[in-house]
Amino acid sequence: MDEIGDFFAAYSTLIGFVGVSALLALSVWVTLYAGQLTLGNAAFMGIGAYVSALLGRHLGTPFPIALAVGALAAGATAAPLGLTVFRLRGVYLAIATLAFGEVLRVILLATPITGKGQGLNGIPPKTELWHIYLSLAVVAYVLWRVQGSTVGRAWAAIREDETAAASQGIAVRRYKLGAFVAGALVAAWAGGLSAHLTFSIEPNDFAFSKAVQILVFAVVGGIPNPLGPIFGAALLTALPELLRPLKDYRDILQGLILLLVIIYLPRGLVTVAQLRRTRRLQEIGAADVA
Amino acid sequence: MLLEAIRITRRFGGVVAVNAVDLAVAPRQAFGLIGPNGAGKTTLVNLISGHLRADGGTIRFAEADVTGSPPHELTTRGIARTFQGVRLFKGLSAIENVLVGRHVRMRADAVRRLWPRGAPDRADRDRAAALLDRVGLAQRADALSGELSYGDQRRLEIARALASEPRLLLLDEPAAGMNPTETGRLRELMRALVDEGLTILLIEHDVRLVMGTCERIAVLNFGRKIAEGPPAEIQGSAVVREAYLGSEDVA
Repeated sequence: MDEIGDFFAAYSTLIGFVGVSALLALSVWVTLYAGQLTLGNAAFMGIGAYVSALLGRHLGTPFPIALAVGALAAGATAAPLGLTVFRLRGVYLAIATLAFGEVLRVILLATPITGKGQGLNGIPPKTELWHIYLSLAVVAYVLWRVQGSTVGRAWAAIREDETAAASQGIAVRRYKLGAFVAGALVAAWAGGLSAHLTFSIEPNDFAFSKAVQILVFAVVGGIPNPLGPIFGAALLTALPELLRPLKDYRDILQGLILLLVIIYLPRGLVTVAQLRRTRRLQEIGAADVA
Repeated sequence: MLLEAIRITRRFGGVVAVNAVDLAVAPRQAFGLIGPNGAGKTTLVNLISGHLRADGGTIRFAEADVTGSPPHELTTRGIARTFQGVRLFKGLSAIENVLVGRHVRMRADAVRRLWPRGAPDRADRDRAAALLDRVGLAQRADALSGELSYGDQRRLEIARALASEPRLLLLDEPAAGMNPTETGRLRELMRALVDEGLTILLIEHDVRLVMGTCERIAVLNFGRKIAEGPPAEIQGSAVVREAYLGSEDVA
């Protein structure tokens, strides 16, 4: 038992980060599942982090309420933003959402109340590990259930063929917007949790590299179901820490994993199991023909 | 009239793809639309299904003005369609494709499903399975739609369109890539659907299929309607022969 206790003591921060990463990966999974490449979730995470930290500091807002308000603020930003950017598709959509992140970063750098370039320091460490993992369990369960609902099927249809989806009576723009706002809520909640785990936040924490990192979690893990992003986030967050001797090569390692996955497992690591099944089916099919 | 197009017009740059076309489709009939390549048939279908906006003219469906309505609203009103090039959700199974087709007839169940045993979609799955059976795809329900043969894909697309329980079904060249046996079965299916009360607007290159299926036929050429009438009349029309049928072998 002591060993387990020691493990938690030594790695509790890392375990916390793994959970936060998994939440972030799920936040981008929603839009990816609907076939939309958006890179705004780092910015929504930032909104959640700053809003919840500022509420706690200046108004003494209780932690859960501060988290919720942070998430709602991000959702309220995502709705009008989504109405505008979902006129775009593919790379243009990705760039537009990325530009939103840049705008937010510049605003944070220039605003006194957010601490400008220094950011906010001394945020009380209110986040417990169970907060993170309870949130993760709830979000993962909800997304898993929604995936099999009419909403999840509509998202999949939009991903596969937008024109045909519209012909099935799916209000394409509305479903895309729903996915975008849902992702923003989750990302901002994760941002609030993360801010109260790390003591300090600054604008660059939520910039381009974070946006890409979140995307990589989800892509490496795989999009077919919500388990993929959780797995990808856990792997890519924990691996560099566990391989601390290779610390200098961390980004290289991450890039290498991404490359290998995209080349050999374009649908992500979770498809390994599926792949085996398909191979077997193909073998049976081949036997049938012969 | 179930569907009425009044002087409907659509331009692409300098080309008038559909030029002041009038169309009136009565309920419970199969209405054929034929014409040479580039005559504007698919453009007309896209205008009716809401995928294209008309530059001029009016479209009425079931006594309501639906000009400019988006595709998803028209599907809710009862217009379903297939696509010339087959547009299935390739990464989804056959039955999932049909379930997506039922979207407008299903109760939204995302919230109910949060309860672990909530919202069994048994009834909808059964209906989807019955539709697959009807087009002869019962055995392939769980196959990825992208892996079906071309003829199967065409039939699956029809099943998906029927899943929305439409009043008007637009079929854009449904027999393309089918062999004579499959085409024969398609004709039987279309006649059976009309007998059950469905209205079909059939765009087809296979003139024989159109003649053998439809009560009424309109002929388009260079975006204009040049003739309309029952099959025998169209077959005998000199204008039509000159524009189109002259080069075809019509039995």
